[in-house]
Amino acid sequence: MMDELRELYQEVILDHGKNPRNFRHPDDANREAKGENPMCGDRFMIYLKLKDGVVEDVAFQGRGCAISTASASMMTEVVKGKTEAEAKALFETFHDLCTKDDHEHGDHGPVDEEAMEKLMVMSGVRQFPVRVKCATLAWHAMNAAIEGQDKASSE
Amino acid sequence: MDTQIADPTLITYDVERVRADFPVLSRTVHDKKGKPGKPLVYLDSAASAQKPRQVIDAMTRFLEEDYSNIHRGVHFLSQTATDQFEAVRGKVARFLNAPSERNIVFTRSATEAVNLVAHSYGRAFLSEGDEVIVSIMEHHANIVPWQLLQADKGVRIKVVPVDDRGVLDLDAYADLLSDRTKLVAITHCSNVLGTVTPAKEIARLAHERGVPVLFDGSQAAVHGVVDVQNIDADFYVMTGHKLYGPTGTGVLYGKYDLLKKMPPYQGGGDMIESVSFEGTTFKLPPARFEAGTPAITEVIGLGAALDYIESLGREAIAAHEHDLLRYATEKLSQVEGVRIIGTAPGKGPILSFTVEGVHPHDVGTIVDQYGVAVRVGRHCAEPLSERFGVGPTARASFALYNTRAEADALVSSVIAVKEFFGA
Repeated sequence: MMDELRELYQEVILDHGKNPRNFRHPDDANREAKGENPMCGDRFMIYLKLKDGVVEDVAFQGRGCAISTASASMMTEVVKGKTEAEAKALFETFHDLCTKDDHEHGDHGPVDEEAMEKLMVMSGVRQFPVRVKCATLAWHAMNAAIEGQDKASSE
Repeated sequence: MDTQIADPTLITYDVERVRADFPVLSRTVHDKKGKPGKPLVYLDSAASAQKPRQVIDAMTRFLEEDYSNIHRGVHFLSQTATDQFEAVRGKVARFLNAPSERNIVFTRSATEAVNLVAHSYGRAFLSEGDEVIVSIMEHHANIVPWQLLQADKGVRIKVVPVDDRGVLDLDAYADLLSDRTKLVAITHCSNVLGTVTPAKEIARLAHERGVPVLFDGSQAAVHGVVDVQNIDADFYVMTGHKLYGPTGTGVLYGKYDLLKKMPPYQGGGDMIESVSFEGTTFKLPPARFEAGTPAITEVIGLGAALDYIESLGREAIAAHEHDLLRYATEKLSQVEGVRIIGTAPGKGPILSFTVEGVHPHDVGTIVDQYGVAVRVGRHCAEPLSERFGVGPTARASFALYNTRAEADALVSSVIAVKEFFGA
């Protein structure tokens, strides 16, 4: 039982949850989308600076639980510098990581393997189905921002 | 010779005997590979209460022996089923001390009961510029129906504040009442703070201006004796599933002269006198507001739930729950970093709290691993969570079957949360 909790709340997640990276509102952001989980009240704004199809900067603000905050923080770290297509491939692959067993993962095109290795720490949420929404909230919002939408809901 | 007991609460409340009536309470959660996990510590009854064997059996028996549609058959079963269904209306009337069973309308939920009043009374008797007074601690079920009316009819919504303990600001309420006020809709017990509102005074002040009052009794009806005549409620709503009864059952109490002048809420079978394409006439209340086949079996279950509550005694239940609240509040307050939201005197057995440095959602996940079921989030009362500047909270709620040992389990699981997060 406690092993599963440790699996969910790994040190790295607790660290990102307490000290989120890229927790700011960049002046030159040209895309933004709100991510909201109405059930628990988690709310994030994701800010992107997109230039020539590349995510030059990505940051976020808002409040949420340790899982959603850590996931948002880690998302900003791995998405920065990616092309739109690469960022979307990461989103899809990460989504599989949180929701599906390994053998069911789909092929979402070339994906940054090093980034995915980092994100592996989030895979503990699979044992906690109600927390999957927390882990994927910022990612949904990032994806929405790339697609030019202003909000994403994890419901 | 009479053997009378002067004070029924002096009889020791046998909580273990009560627990034996609730099959689910003996289960464990998070079992792994045949190994039992943790005993269930169910502290989420304010969201929905567990059901005693008596309710489950009553519904099973009804389905096996007496089930039929009601109000429409000449055959034996239909009459039997109708009699049993209508008997529950009488039980509900006695439970609320309503003058008559014709004051009792069955709905699907308390939410539907509020919507019924907003839709029927609201659309018929309120118009642009009229005001509806609610409080900041309303459940969304007593906010959104009025907002729909606002969008439809242009009425305005006025909000009574609470102080930092969660006590309703009666002076502010009195100031909000005006010639424009056409309805007051206020909770009788907050589902987040536990605050019990001074219903009688709220109604008295409104009635001075001839304004009817609706009380949301979803929590209050569970934790004490409600007397709709004594508080002089015009409308009172409650829900069956928080009263140890089945889902799909709600109640609207209404003063009969009000119900009688209200137009139908929904149209259909069972609520009409005669139907023709030249014009249809409607039955008198309560039938007028009960279109379609109701949740017959569930209403039978609600009747069994009310019998069960009465068999334990509502004062005895309230005393037991109050003891648990006091005990848990004292223990939880001693944990550093825990903040209790809602400290109104005489509050109901609802304990909302935050743990410094830990989001309630994480609190909920971790205490769940210890078998402790609490609600986390905004509890369908978003304006209130903003008022206290805390956002979401964790909420433990105590019911007639909870124990001091369970309060201890809550406290030790919260301490584990803090250790886990190094908070």
